[in-house]
Formats: sequence, C-alpha cells, structure tokens
Amino acid sequence: MATHLSGGRINLAVWREVARRELLECLDKCVGSKAIVWDDHLTGPFGLIAEYSLLKEHEVDKMFPLRPGRLPISAGSGQGSMIIQNIIFLVRPRLDLMEIVADAIRRTEEAAGRFHMEFHIFFVPRKSLMCEKKLTELGVYGTLTTVGEYTLDLLPFDSDVLSMEMEQSFKECYLQNDLTTMFYVAKALMKIQALYGIIPKIYGKGTLSKHVADTILRLRREMAGNERQVQPQIDTLLLIDRTVDLLTPLATQLTYEGLIDEIYGIHNTNVKLPPEKFVRKNENEPQQELPTEPKKIILNSSDELFAVIRDKNFNAVGPELSRKAKILSAQYEERKDAKTVRDIKQFVTKLPHIQAAKASLATHTSIAELVKERTDLESFMDSLQTQQEFMNGVDTDKVNNYIEECIAKREPLIKVLRLLCMQSVTNNGFKPKIYDFYKREITQTYGFEHIVSLNNLEKIGLLKVQGQKTYNTIRKTLRLVVEDVNEQNPHDISYVYSGYAPLSVRLAQFLAKPGWRSIEEVLRLIPGPTVEETQQIPYGLLKKRTIGDSQSDNQKVTLVFFIGGVTYAEMAALRFLSNQDDGPMEYLIATTQVINGHNWLRSIMEDLVVPTFSEKEFGSTTGSRLR
Amino acid sequence: MAHITGGWNPLGEVFFRKLELYSMDRSWQELAKLEKFKVAAAPYGGPIALVRDESKMTHIPGSTRPTVYIYTSSGREISQFRWNSGKLLDMGWSSSEDLLCIQEDGTVLVYDIFSNFKRNFSLGQEARDTKVLECKIFQGYVGTGLAVLTGSYRFFVINNIEEGHSRKMVEVPDLDSPPSSWCIICRDRHTQILLAKEKRLFLVDYTDVHEQTLTTSSPVNAFIEMAVSFDNRLLALFGDTGLLWTGSSDLQKVYCEFDTKSQKRPKQLAWCGTGAVVGYWENLLLIIGPHKDWISFNMKSEAYLIPEADGLRIVDSATHELLQRVPVVVEEIFNVGSIAPGALLFEASKEFQKKSQKADDYIRMVMAKGDLPLAVDQCIEAAGCEYEPATQRILLKAASFGKCFLTNMSPEKFVNMCKMLRVINSVREYHVGMPLSYEELKRLTLPVLIDRLILRRQWCLAMHISRFLKLPEAEGESRILGHWACYKVLQKHIADETIAQDIKSKLDTAPGIAYSEIAKKASECGRTQLAVKLLEYEPRAAEQVPLLMTMRDQKVALTKAIESGDTDLVYLVLLQMQETMPMGDFLMSLRNQPMAQSLFMQFCREQKPTLLTDLYYQNDDFQEMANCQVADSFKITDFQQKTDKLNGAHDNYTKARNEFAAKATEEQNKLLGYQRRLEDQYKVAYIGKSLHDTMHELISKNMSKLAEQLRKEFKVPDKRFWWLKIDALANSGDWLELERFAKSKKSPIGYEPFVEVCMNHHNKYEANKYIGRVAAENKVKMYIKMGSLEEAADLAFQQRSEDDLNQVMRQCLGNRALTAKIQGMKAQMYSKK
Repeated sequence: MATHLSGGRINLAVWREVARRELLECLDKCVGSKAIVWDDHLTGPFGLIAEYSLLKEHEVDKMFPLRPGRLPISAGSGQGSMIIQNIIFLVRPRLDLMEIVADAIRRTEEAAGRFHMEFHIFFVPRKSLMCEKKLTELGVYGTLTTVGEYTLDLLPFDSDVLSMEMEQSFKECYLQNDLTTMFYVAKALMKIQALYGIIPKIYGKGTLSKHVADTILRLRREMAGNERQVQPQIDTLLLIDRTVDLLTPLATQLTYEGLIDEIYGIHNTNVKLPPEKFVRKNENEPQQELPTEPKKIILNSSDELFAVIRDKNFNAVGPELSRKAKILSAQYEERKDAKTVRDIKQFVTKLPHIQAAKASLATHTSIAELVKERTDLESFMDSLQTQQEFMNGVDTDKVNNYIEECIAKREPLIKVLRLLCMQSVTNNGFKPKIYDFYKREITQTYGFEHIVSLNNLEKIGLLKVQGQKTYNTIRKTLRLVVEDVNEQNPHDISYVYSGYAPLSVRLAQFLAKPGWRSIEEVLRLIPGPTVEETQQIPYGLLKKRTIGDSQSDNQKVTLVFFIGGVTYAEMAALRFLSNQDDGPMEYLIATTQVINGHNWLRSIMEDLVVPTFSEKEFGSTTGSRLR
Repeated sequence: MAHITGGWNPLGEVFFRKLELYSMDRSWQELAKLEKFKVAAAPYGGPIALVRDESKMTHIPGSTRPTVYIYTSSGREISQFRWNSGKLLDMGWSSSEDLLCIQEDGTVLVYDIFSNFKRNFSLGQEARDTKVLECKIFQGYVGTGLAVLTGSYRFFVINNIEEGHSRKMVEVPDLDSPPSSWCIICRDRHTQILLAKEKRLFLVDYTDVHEQTLTTSSPVNAFIEMAVSFDNRLLALFGDTGLLWTGSSDLQKVYCEFDTKSQKRPKQLAWCGTGAVVGYWENLLLIIGPHKDWISFNMKSEAYLIPEADGLRIVDSATHELLQRVPVVVEEIFNVGSIAPGALLFEASKEFQKKSQKADDYIRMVMAKGDLPLAVDQCIEAAGCEYEPATQRILLKAASFGKCFLTNMSPEKFVNMCKMLRVINSVREYHVGMPLSYEELKRLTLPVLIDRLILRRQWCLAMHISRFLKLPEAEGESRILGHWACYKVLQKHIADETIAQDIKSKLDTAPGIAYSEIAKKASECGRTQLAVKLLEYEPRAAEQVPLLMTMRDQKVALTKAIESGDTDLVYLVLLQMQETMPMGDFLMSLRNQPMAQSLFMQFCREQKPTLLTDLYYQNDDFQEMANCQVADSFKITDFQQKTDKLNGAHDNYTKARNEFAAKATEEQNKLLGYQRRLEDQYKVAYIGKSLHDTMHELISKNMSKLAEQLRKEFKVPDKRFWWLKIDALANSGDWLELERFAKSKKSPIGYEPFVEVCMNHHNKYEANKYIGRVAAENKVKMYIKMGSLEEAADLAFQQRSEDDLNQVMRQCLGNRALTAKIQGMKAQMYSKK
C-alpha cells in the first residue's frame, strides 16, 4: 500500500518501514491486549504509517480519542466486553495534554476496581522532561508502566515529500523564541543521515537554518564513531527558513493541488470535499439520498492521473483531463476491434486498469469542477489581480483600494491580512501613516482584540514600518516576476503562481546552477545569515562515478528542508525543476509543515476570543458572502 | 616433529587428546599444592582463585586469616588479598569475571580480579539464621546465578547476581538431612534443582517439586555425585555402587550405564564438552564415553577440572592441560589413511613443499571429485581447532595451496581465520593467559573478549586487537581508551592537571569517547576539579549537563544545555535552578540568557501566567505586558475590571511608545462605555462586538442616529461607513432607507455596491434603481451580476469591449441563443476593425 513512496531516487518506503517497525516495537513492549488512546492531532499522521489491521495484529483491540474523563472501557467481565490489559497513550509532549491524560488514568483506574490494567504513555516524537514532571505533579507518573517515546518525526507524504506536521512550530520559533521544534528538525535530519548517508554539503539561508545546521553538526560530533556507515545518497541539504521568503505563502497558489489546499485544506494527504459532486449517477435508482458525510479523498502519486495534474497550473488541468478522457475512451473502444480470443484476453487484462483510471478521472473532474466554481468568482479574480500588482511592485506604497473595500465589506480577516502582509512585504513596510490607517481600519472593523495579532505579524516582519527597499532589486535579480507565462507547457517555475516564481525555489535553482556565488549581492539583501558547510565523508563511502552513467544517475539529489512550512505550489516548482530534461538536480522535499497562506496566518494569530461568525474558512466565506 | 596423532587416544569410534596449554608459572608451582586449597576457576580460560582450605588442615586456634590468591590460567599471579570477613564457604566466578566469595552466613562479597572489593549482597534472613551448608554458582539464562542449601535444608536461588534477590525453592518433603548430591539445571529459561535423597531423585523449582523415577540396571543405594554438561542438556549421576549413569538432563533418555568398580566418591565428576564424562579419583582420571568405552590416565599430582563448552581443562601444580575430543575435521585430515579431501590436500601441500611431483597426483585426486573447495574449507577449519601455531600454519598453507587451483573462491573465510588465529594466539600468550578455543571465542564474541582484556588492564593488547580487526571505534579503540582513562583518574598520586592532559592527549584523536563517564569516576573519588576539566571535553550535552548539575555548576550547565539546542536539557537545568534558588535571583539570572528565558516564559505561559507578567515587568517589556492585559480584558466579564485592564494596557502601550496601540486602547475603552450604555438602554448584548458590528447592528435596528454618533466619535472614514450602512440596510431589508441614503449625497464608493447588496439579497428590482448611476466601465459587470445578460452583451457591444463580451459569454453556458448572438457581435467587431 505504500508503493507510491518508493518511486523517487531516495526510497521513502524504507523510511516508512523503519517508522512502522519502531511503532511495533513500542506496542510489543506492552504484552497483552491493548487499547490506544490517541492525541487527536496524531491520528492523521499515524494513518500514513500504519493501518488499523496492522495494529490489530499486534493486539490493539480498541482505539479512543484522548478526552477528559473515564475511558469508555467496560471493566471486569461484562458480557461481550473484551478484557483490555493495556492502555497506551500516544500523545505529543504538551503540558495541556498531560492533564487530560492524568484525568483519564485516574478515572479509568477508579472504575476498573480490582481489575488490573497497565497504563503506558509514548510521547511523539520525543519524551519531554516537563511532561514527565507534570505527570508526577498530577500524581499518575507512578501508575505508568512504561514512559517511552516514539520518534515519528518526518511523515512520508509522497515519494519526494516528508513533513513533520507541526503546526505550532513557526509560531513557537518566531513569536516565542522556543526552538524546541528546531531540535526535532535536527534530530529528524540526523535520522535521515543515518538512513541515507551523511549529506556532504549543507547550504542554508536564514536564522533558523543556521541554528539547525549548527545543531546537526553538533549532533554529529556527539555521534562521533557511532554512525552507521552508509553510502551517501543525498548530495546536498538546503535549509530554507520561511522568513527568508515570506511572500510566497501569502500568494494564492494556482496549481491544482495548491488550489485544493487553499480552498478545502489538505491534511496528511487527505482532503474532505462536499459530497454532492461525487454521487454516482445510478440509472436504476433515480432518487438516491444525498450523503451528508464529506467525501474523503487521498491525494498522492499512487493515483496516476493525480500525479500528472497535481503540479499543473489549474488552467492546464482542464485540457489534460479531456485529453485523458479521450485516451480512455479510445482504449475502451479497442474492445470492438478485438476479434480473436487472444485480443479479447489482452483487453480483459487491461480492463481493471482502465476502470481504475476511469474512476480517478471522474473524481478529478468533480474536484476540478468544485475548484473552478471558486476560481471563477469575481472576488477570487479581484484578489488575484491585487496580488499580482503587489508582486509587480505596482502602487505598493499607497492605500490599496481593494484592501480597503474588503475591510469595508468585512470580508474574512485572514483574506484581508494576507493581502495586507503581501503589500507590506513587497513594499518592505508601510509609511507610518498608511500603516496606522490600516491598523485602525482592522481594529474598528474586526474588533480591538486583533491588535495583539497585528503585533504578532509585526514581530515576524510580515507587517512593519517601512525599511530599506529591497524587494524590487531581489525581484529583478532573481526574476521573480515573469511575463508571458505559458501555463499549459511551462518552461519556468513561475507558472505555479501564474507569473510569480517563488523566491525560495529560485534560491534552490540558483544553488544548483550556477551556484550562490553568482547572487551574493541578493543573498545579502535577504534577511538572516547564509550557511555553507561541508561534512567529511569517509573515503570508502564516497560515490564512485564511472564514465557512461546514464543521465539520471548523474543528476544529484538535493534535500530541501523548509523550516517553517512549504506550500504545494513550491513543491510543484521544485518537482518541475527535478523533471527538467537537463536539470542538474533532483529534489527531495522536507518541511516542518505543509502550509498555505490561510492556515499559516491563522497559526500566527492570537486566539483571544471565540472566533466570531465571520471567520470561517477562506473559501466558504469568500463565496457565500457575495452570492 | 612427532606425528600429530601420537597423543590421540581412541574412545570407541572417536579420539580424545590431551594438549598442554601451559606449564605453570613458578609462583604457582611453589604455592599450589592443590590438595590444600579450595579452587575456583572461571570458564572461557578465565582466572583461577585459590584459598587455603581450612577443613583440610589441622585447625590451629588463633591462626592467621587466610589469603585469597588470584592467578591467570597460565599460573601468573594477578593479585591476592587477606580474607578478613566471616567464614568463607566457597568461591566462584561470575560471567563478567567477578570473584564471588560466599560466606557461611549467606553474605556474598564481590571482588574484581585485582582484589578490589566491589559490593556485597545477602541471600536472605533464613540463610543468615541457619547458615549455608553448600552453594553452587551456575550460568543461567540471564546471567550468573547462585544457589545455596541452608541449614534448614531449603534451597535459595538467585538467577542473576547483578539484580534481584533470592527466591526460595519449593521444599522437598521429608528432607531432614543434606541431600546425597544435587545440581542445577537451566533449561528453557527455567532454573531447576535436581537433588538426590539417597536413590530418590527430585526435581525442584520455585513452584513445584517432582519425584523422578529412574531405574538403573544394577541397584544403587544413593546417588552421591552428579554433573551437568556445559550446555545443560546432559547429566551424569554417580551411584555409591560405582555405577555411572549418563543421560539427558530431563532424565528421559539413557545413554549409558557404566560400572566404574569404584565405590569411592570421585573427587570431581565433570563433562568433557558433550562427548564424555570424566571422573577424577586420587590418582586416576577416567574418561567414559557414551558406549561404555573408557580411557584412563594416571595423575601425578592433585588436579582440578574445569569444564568448558568444547572440552575440559585440567590444572595441577605443574601444568595446565586441555582434554578434548579430537574435532572431526582434524581427525579427517590427520587420521592415518584418511582419504578425506582435506587430508589429500594436506598431503599435496606437503609434497609440494618437498618439491615432489606427488603433489600433482594428490591435487588431481581431490579435483577429480570436485572436492577442492571442501578440502580448503576443511584445512581452514582444522587450523582453527589447533593450538600449536606451527600446526595452524601448515594447515593454512595447505588451504592457501588449494585455493590456487580455484578461480572463484571467496578469500573471506581464509582471511578471517588467519585474523582470528592471530588474535587467539595473542591472548593465549603466556603473560595474558587466556586459553580460548576458536569455538569459545565465537561464543564469547569479540566485544566481550575486548572487555575481558580491559578487565585485565591489557590496554595495549586490546588496542592492537581492535585496530587489527578494524573494530568500530565505539566498540574498540574509544571504549578501551575510555576505560583506560577511568583507571587513570584513580591514580591519586598524579596531579589533576597532568592527568587531564595525559588523557586529553591520548584520547584526542579517538572519536566517541565518553568523557562524562571518566569525569563521573573522577567526581566519585572526590576529584571535582579534574571532573570539571574532563567534562569540558565531553561533546554530548545530554551526558555533560546532568553531571555538571550534580556538581552544582548550574551556570555552566545552563550554557552547555543552551548550546546543545536540546530544549529538554535546558528545562532540566532551569527546573533545578528554580528549586534551589530564591525566585528573584532565579529570574534575574535568566536575564542574560535570552533562550533560557524564552523557554521559561513558554513554560509560564501554560503553567504560571502570573510569573510571566513578572518577567515582562522585570525586562521592562511594556509592549508584552500591555498585550497580556488586553488578552485579560477579553477573558474577564466584569465591566469595571475590563476597563481597568485596558487602562493599564493603555499606560503600558504609552510606556512602550506605541502611540497607535495606546490610542486604540483608549478608543476601545470608550467604545465599551458606549456599548454598556446601549446595553442598559436596549437590553441587547453589544459588549465584545467591534465598532463595525455595533454600528451595523444599530443601523439594522433602525437607530441610524446612534450609528452616526459613533461614526463621528470614532472618525470612521466615509467610504467604510457607506459600505457598512448599505450592507446593514440591505440586510434588514430597509430598501426605502437605502434609496433615501443613495440620494442623500454623492456616494464616495460609487453605486456598484448598491447593486451588489441588492443582488446579495436577490432583489433585482431594487438593483435596477441603481444601475443607471453605476460608472460606465463597470456597468457590464453589474449587469452580469444582476443576471441581465442580454443587456450586458448589448452594452459591451456598444462599448466595443471584447473582454467584456467574453466575460458575458462565459456566463451564458447553456443559453444557445445568446451565445450565438454574442458570437455574432464579436464577428461584427472584428470585421469593423
């Protein structure tokens, strides 16, 4: 079921297998029947590692979400009830969760009476001293038979994507200066190096990149002599701190996958969509009941069609879908030409594949329709136009009419902030008067409480008072804005934002060819230190390049680690570079979290009050309020 | 050279041989009159401990306390110490080569081979009260175990002396005198005691006792001696009639019953590997095979038998010998007249060295059958079984000779054997004195061998071996150096400075040294300064920091923890600091450690919010304090407190020079005041709403006047106010008012919004009223919005705007007539161009 992970140059199925084995080792420490209590946040990630049947094989009979109060386990030998010998908590090391765990343990124990149960807790991805202390304070530490850790850090999303899915990471690092997650990042990179060999070259840009690079080098010193001897499979590590490129995630992604994420939100490669579009039209029963549950679809490259269209500009998806439809129906027509038994047999063997392709085509046609409903909206187009103006550096120093109008119409705050931050970033800050005007507009319209959120955005640098103007220089030198994009058959990464090339990916591109030497000037303009380190590889492990290697073998592999998040559009751009015929690099992507402008800003904002009625999902409100 | 088979003794179909391992060192020869001593020897060629056996001596009252001597297998003294505790009952060795001395009162004292006392433990109250009669040390499934028989005729067993405590075995019924004999059997992770009460046999464990039935061919009154083989699978019982019974240790299978014709109890009964049982009487060593075959040797002096996995070592005052079954490969190669491939190859090689053409004949014989690879393997294997380097060499030569005729044979086996033999020969060396066999080394594994060399302080040899075998540094070199350093810090006569330098210079190049371990050792023996110096070299923060903390060096610990990037470590230090320091000092000490401070704040944020404000206050961080107060103001429901908080926030924002925020806070307070009055007046909840929402609600409720007042008060820009008002009016369906508002003065936002809000409520009729006033360039768009596609198309055509036409066309999917019309228009436009 994980075949889609092994498609890349670096086999991530191995990574998944290791994670699975470690999980089972944890489970097998608890002998007997088990019930797992999940931290809600972890169920998604675990779905990528192990399926329920596997857990069942290891005597996991029940699973519960972590909630305060007694676990719904019937103690003793009530009829039909299974006897659970072990309760296993799988939680993130967060103090607030410890109270729930403690409560659950206490109440369950009371209810269990003389029936003996063992309690275990595994922290994901690391044990935390503070949590253990908290459990001690709460008086349940002694009750726990096992206090362990399960180092599930990077989750394999696809054959070239790993994500840690730590949504708080960016906020903790930049607002609270709590670099705990950066240590996890360093640890994860150490694990990658243990599995796929030491990475000879490390490059990076940004404060956190420097921090992570330093930590890795330090950890390697600590490891000295104890490393697994593996031939390096990854040639370069590129660390990109999100603050290096604040602009990209603010822009609306225009690739197929990116748009699905913008509109519906993709979580752990799953997306939930309104079910209406997916009702199969059944001729026999004209009136079928409409399903109310949202339709859940897994988006990864095991779906051949999706693998092709995910990274395309949305405008190129329609033509691709219809091309695919034609091919399919042509294949289907072949049955008429099948005259001999052999022909028919051949056709029949192809049939399951055709049917699967047909189903996938139907699914993606429906999704594309749903997406198109949104992209056709006037508000979508207007917003896009404003974004493009900003990216082109047009009138970024004035109060923008569209933003003003959005505020006046009380459009969702996040949408407004996204545009506002974009203006600020492309103008390197506002004139004080304009800045105050915007802030006033926002606090008066959306409420005074947002003054704290605005302050947060300011700390990160998304909003600020004007400083040195650098954006236009960077834009020109790195060709961030490209005219005349060919969305159907792109020849530059800028197609992912229909004319804007993500700065982060441009950095990767320049690093591969011709090297960062050539853009030193620009690198100096981008905030944060530049990192360049070399790690010595034992001579015996060096790659031996022989003459006559095929092209693909000569392509080097770069692991790009986005610290603070990466968007689907950026991934698409990197894949585009990997797939170039004469491309010097193949890219493996890792990140602390897959983000889009919406959930990213949301994570930075302060949650002071219960969200008011207007702050729903970006997509659902943009549409409904205007319709 | 005498022929190798010269020393072979046939036992049935197989051969046994006795090899001399060492002729013992003079110091041993002078001391070791074994009849006067208690002897304990460790398996795997381990050390031998001797102590004078008082029971064998005429007791002289007030005699001096006995001395315990520890020797290597080659008879070199390692150490000795004066025994000055209670009555020593027995001695034995653990698997980690610790000497266990069992006292009569059940106390066990543990010494290392250099006679350093390590620890002691007790076997329990009952043993203390009733005294230990007998004891046996055994290798269990978890480690070294110990079993004792107490004066109350009960057995107590410890399965692993490293941990755990003694457990009582089930009592054997009617056992009112010591059993005739007993032994321990460890099978399938299960420890059992087999004991003989006269001729009745009992198998005892923690939970059960079973009587075993054993019928022997000739009657026996009692089993007076028993022995279990090294692998615990075979058992030998000796009856008082001279009958020797051998069988499986579960007593299910009988291999042989042999009449020794000696009714005297043998001094020792032991298995030689798994092939034969050896009984030792005064002057006689009797080897009994499984088919009643036997060999006997005369013994010149008192000897001691040490069973090994693949043989039996016999040590007496002059020599140390190994008795073993001649290994099969060796037999096949050297046995007279053998035509095994290995034997032929060996012959060929010999002839080749003599430059005789017979070599060719022999090699052809082997190759004809295609047995050459097997022959080479046999020679390699046989070399591993030999003790004499010369023999090893000729066998390896033969193997190497045979290899020449093979094109694709992997050299790995050969090379490995050469390497291993070099290692084995070097540890068998007289001054090291570890007579290991190749088989035993394989069981022991290389890391354990290195361990044992470390234990003997054979640093240099251990280093050479690990370098020679290219062991990973962590297992080899670094570990050895680490231990060496630990030993070094104990040398108190050398100054801290010198030791630190010595250690550093030796260990500098070795990666993965656990400096923390060395520092810990130093700290344990009171050399804190040295420990601190050594810790400097420790690269692993996780090891370094806790130790620094135990040495109360919190400041350094904190710095190191921060450097490591491991936030958990930082918390570890912070918590200790918080506990040991007054709060004020603690908070102050965080001031110049921003990272630690942030982490502590993070902790406070969740656990101790009040402390957080203290910290902000301490740092003069007015902005954050104000933010906190703002946050608080939203959590509080009491109105007065709310405004107080905001006033506080206002002050702090002012101090932080954040004029905007200060003003905004002031306005918020003002707004709250208004909202409160409104609530009092109209009994509708306003507090918590934004200015926008408040005005919106007021207008919807037909209280435009009040809204107007707020607008003035808070200086709401015109544009926004218009949007707000239009939306609110449309929302409440007050179309009349909307129209009036539109006409009140010129709209600052144009008239598109009017159309929009009407259409949001699907009121096309109202929308129509405003379309006329919409700016020309937006009209088409507005028509589209209203659904008036015809008009939109006409207008676009009029304005000659192709873009607009296209836009309209996109909207009229399914409307064929209109699509056609637009296409017509477009065509017309083109033609005119």
